[in-house]
Amino acid sequence: MAEAAFWLVVAVTLVSAFIVVTSRNLFYSAISLLFTFFGVAGLYIFLWADFLAGVQVLIYIGGILILILFGIMLTHKITSVDIAHTSIQQGVGGIVVLFLFAALAWMIVRTPWLVAAAPEPQGTAGEIGKLLMTDYLLPFEVASVLLLGALLGAAVLSRKGN
Amino acid sequence: MEQLNSYLIVAAILFCLGLFAVITRRNGVAVLMGIELILNSANINFVAFARFGGMNFSGHIFALFVIIMAAAEAAVALAIIINLYQNFKSINVDEAQQLQR
Repeated sequence: MAEAAFWLVVAVTLVSAFIVVTSRNLFYSAISLLFTFFGVAGLYIFLWADFLAGVQVLIYIGGILILILFGIMLTHKITSVDIAHTSIQQGVGGIVVLFLFAALAWMIVRTPWLVAAAPEPQGTAGEIGKLLMTDYLLPFEVASVLLLGALLGAAVLSRKGN
Repeated sequence: MEQLNSYLIVAAILFCLGLFAVITRRNGVAVLMGIELILNSANINFVAFARFGGMNFSGHIFALFVIIMAAAEAAVALAIIINLYQNFKSINVDEAQQLQR
């Protein structure tokens, strides 16, 4: 049962990612991206990362995807049919990507990964919170400064008449 | 399903699809979607190694920071794309080539 659920999540993720990459309509790509992000959140749950799965749904789907949809709507006239978008050099790009995937897959299969057994954690949010307040306090604070800088930068950049 | 390799292969496929979008799409927003796919695949790798390498939470923390980075990057990238649209009336990345001349 869990096996079937895992492969279902994998199929949803990869098929919707393929549609994101190949669809001719930008809106279809954005909606497919929704299912890809949900699939990745499902993979996080299979990897015992429940907190990250929640963060993925909140930030990627609730934040970044909405931003992307805003970007589509602000740069295309909704009434025009000009929302189709094209690709260039798909042949060369496809060959390069296939070679890269073959190399990656060969590397993944051939490498003897060090695998250590571990007990399933009882919720990960507490541990992550402790680590963020102890070992990773400085990166945590720097991330807040980075977000502030990105916010100000985006606001300044997107103003008219600069 | 309890295999590290299957997660790594899924992440590799996602990475290759994202790279394909980045190098073949002309629309700036579609390129941004490809970058998001690449970041997601990296995150899957971090969490998979955290899970199968003895449950070290540092992998989760790193994935969290990658998500923060992705949010900041998406905001700035969309600001740039909107600027591009105001200047060129088009967001095809191969038409913004004034610096080449």
